[in-house]
Parts: sequence; structure tokens; C-alpha cells
Amino acid sequence: MERKEKKIAIHVSHLKKSFKQLEVLKDISLDVKEGEVVVVIGPSGSGKSTLLRCLNQLEEASGGEIVIDGTDITDKKTDINKVREKVGMVFQHFNLFNNMNVLRNLMLAPVDLKIMDRETARKEALKMLERVGLSDKAEAYPHQLSGGQKQRVAIARALCMRPDIMLFDEPTSALDPEMVGEVLEVMKHLAHVGMTMVVVTHEMGFAREVGDRVLFMDGGLILEEGTPEEIFGNPQNPRTKDFLNKVL
Amino acid sequence: MTRIINTYGQLLVTAMGQTLLLALYGLFFACIIGMIVGIMSVVSSKVCRFIAAVFVNLIRGVPMIVLAYFIFFGVPYFWNTILGIGGLTLTALQAGSICLALNCGAYMAEIIRAGIESVDVGQMEAARSLGLPWWRSMYRVVMPQAIRTMIPSIINQFIITLKDTSILSVIGFPELVNTAKNVVAATFMSFQTWAIVGLMYLIVILLLQRAAKVLEGRLKYGA
Repeated sequence: MERKEKKIAIHVSHLKKSFKQLEVLKDISLDVKEGEVVVVIGPSGSGKSTLLRCLNQLEEASGGEIVIDGTDITDKKTDINKVREKVGMVFQHFNLFNNMNVLRNLMLAPVDLKIMDRETARKEALKMLERVGLSDKAEAYPHQLSGGQKQRVAIARALCMRPDIMLFDEPTSALDPEMVGEVLEVMKHLAHVGMTMVVVTHEMGFAREVGDRVLFMDGGLILEEGTPEEIFGNPQNPRTKDFLNKVL
Repeated sequence: MTRIINTYGQLLVTAMGQTLLLALYGLFFACIIGMIVGIMSVVSSKVCRFIAAVFVNLIRGVPMIVLAYFIFFGVPYFWNTILGIGGLTLTALQAGSICLALNCGAYMAEIIRAGIESVDVGQMEAARSLGLPWWRSMYRVVMPQAIRTMIPSIINQFIITLKDTSILSVIGFPELVNTAKNVVAATFMSFQTWAIVGLMYLIVILLLQRAAKVLEGRLKYGA
């Protein structure tokens, strides 16, 4: 525990990703330490989401290396499912399983992968629901929930696997403005209890307040990175300045 | 009318039983073929997708009556005479079932493929991101949602297949149409006989639709 600050949770070197002719990620290198909250900002089409999706191989890397908790996930021999168990992901469009109620959404993976028995999984699920403030929605189906509630369930679902790392892919972009706060609140809480997080977002307030480090991406490259104070207070790259002028 | 029913009613009902038996065998294997080929057409392997596409296009491109003749007469001839191996005989029921299974299976495969593709890819991605393997994700998350959208098309295909059994009268299987032909030949009462036969198909299909509606209602979740 005392050496926790120093361990590298995610190591990315010279990551490249192309879709057919289109080169989306050109050369990305990045280290995320355990317990660190890294926020990725940048214009749409800059490759932020693709980078995030490469981190659990929802997109297969075209080149380079990605090491998660010591496991090289670009290695064909790696059992990617084992790695994904420890890397939670939250999507822009929630992606709750429509055919299951909230409780079963949360219990599916832990039970199906035999990580917990049914009763343990159930208790864990209820605990997580309580943490995101949705204890009363255990029996509800996704279509009965608001966007903010869906996203909080999605976070709880990822947490039920007791992940070491959480990836957030624009978690508030599809929400009505009045629901953004409740989701960010849950994320803030997670950051405070020491979760390693990589967050792609347009919420500059969140980046500034919660981020340990902010990356600015454009054109498939990380153009600038630094503390929130550095990036928001004194951006160096003209493209960063230009972007921040437009969004702030 | 009453003379037909009194004299040949029993025969026609038995023939309807044969029609249903044939349809049941055909549909059973069609579901298996449809499931396998349907899933083959959504996996990442290009070889699988190619094989699935060839099968579906081949079957859809050949009229079922040709397929029926081919399987019943052609295949045993090829096996016994051309290859000279011998010993292969297909009963009309066997050949008919294979024929229905292949034909209906190809259409079922398309229904299943479309059903799977109608489920938002985010569902699969979410399941995979939790560490579930592709098959588990398919089985627990994607398929249950896909089947719900498929039900009306599948029922429709069942009805078409049930009616298509009449084509198999050409290979001599004693299903309803074949039997009715014999009744007409014996009585010359074609108006009455075909009216009765039509009505029999209609009743069975209406019952099938009724059952489908009930099933559809049950498959709604948390509504």
C-alpha cells in the first residue's frame, strides 16, 4: 500500500490505430499511475474515444503496446477477458442490458464468470446501488429509468466486478443538463476513494476539479498534457488554446 | 360436401396429421440450421460469413420443387448409380423433411442474422467490457433481445413452411394436398374437396397465429 502511488496501472507506448485507410491514433504514449485520474479532452474526431476503447481492446490496436497491470493486452496470447474483468467501462449511451432488470444487470457478469456466488453478487449489487443512490430501483428495467439513473446503474454495474481501473467514455454527453451533476457526483466519489480512472469528457469543470492530469488530444496525437492548472491556466500549444477558448 | 366429410373426412384429417408431422420435422431442423447459419453470418471470421452467404443464396435461388426433386431423385441416383456406392434410399418423409429444413433454414438464417444485427452493438460491447466471452454475451444479452424482434418473422416463416409442405406432394408424400388429389380423382367433387382442404389449412394457420400472439405477449419484459 505504501508504494501504491508509484505503480503503473496503464502503460501505453506508440499506440497506433487505423480504420481501413483512416489513421485515428497516430502515436500515443501514456502512463497512468495507480489511483490517478486522467482526463482526456479534445475536439470530436480527435481519437479520444478510440484511445479509451483500445485500453480494453474493444478496438484492437494496429500497432504499439498497451500494458494493463503488468499484462500486455496487445499480445495475442493474452486472455483479454481476464483483463477486462478488472477494467470497468462506462459508455456514453449507458448500454444497460435491456432484457434484464437493474439487479440482474449488476449480477450478470460476477455470477456468469463465477467470480461470486449468487448471494454474494446480490449483496454486492445492492451495496453498489446504494452507493450510487438507487437502492429503490433494483427491480426496475432500464427503460423505466432516466438517463442519469441509467448511467449511475452502469457505473454500479462496472463496480460490481471490483475493477482496478475505470474507463469513462463521455459519460455525461448523452444526458439532459440537469442530470449531469448526479453522475459527476458519483465519479467524484470514486476518484476520492482512489480509483484509477481515465475519463474522456467535455465537462471542463470536472476535469479541472477532479483530474490529476489532463491530456489534450487532436488529430490522433496527445498535443499537450499537464495538471489542470497548467492546461486550463496556461496552455502552451496553440491548438489547446484555441480549443479551450471555444469550450470555456 | 357432407358426403366428402363422411366418407373421406377421416382420411383428410390423417393427411393433415402427416402434413403437420412433415412441417414439424422440417421446422425443427430448419431452426437448427437457421441458428447455425445465422450466427455464422455475424461472426468475425470471413470464411464463416462466406459459407453462410453461399448457403443462403444457393437455397433462395432454387425453387423448392426443384430442391425436392433433386433430393428425392437426384441425390440417391448420384450416390447409387454415378458414384456406384449404392444402398441409399430416401423415404418421401426423409427427403421432404430435408428439403423443408434446407429451404426454411436459409430463410430462418436471414431472420436470425437480421435479428442479431438489430440489437445495438453497445449491448455486446458492454457485456464484453465486463469480461464476458463472445458466446456468453451472445447467449445472455444479445440473443434474448434479438429473439423478441424475430418472433413475428419466425412465425411468418413457420406459416410459409407449413404451406410449402403442399409442394412435397410431388414426391409422393401422403400429405393433405396429395391425399386430396386422390379424393378428387375418386369422387370428381373438386369444388367441395378443395374447399374443405383450404379450410383445413386456414384453421391450422389461424391457430398457429393465435399461439404466436400469446407467445409474443409473454416475451415482453418489464412493460
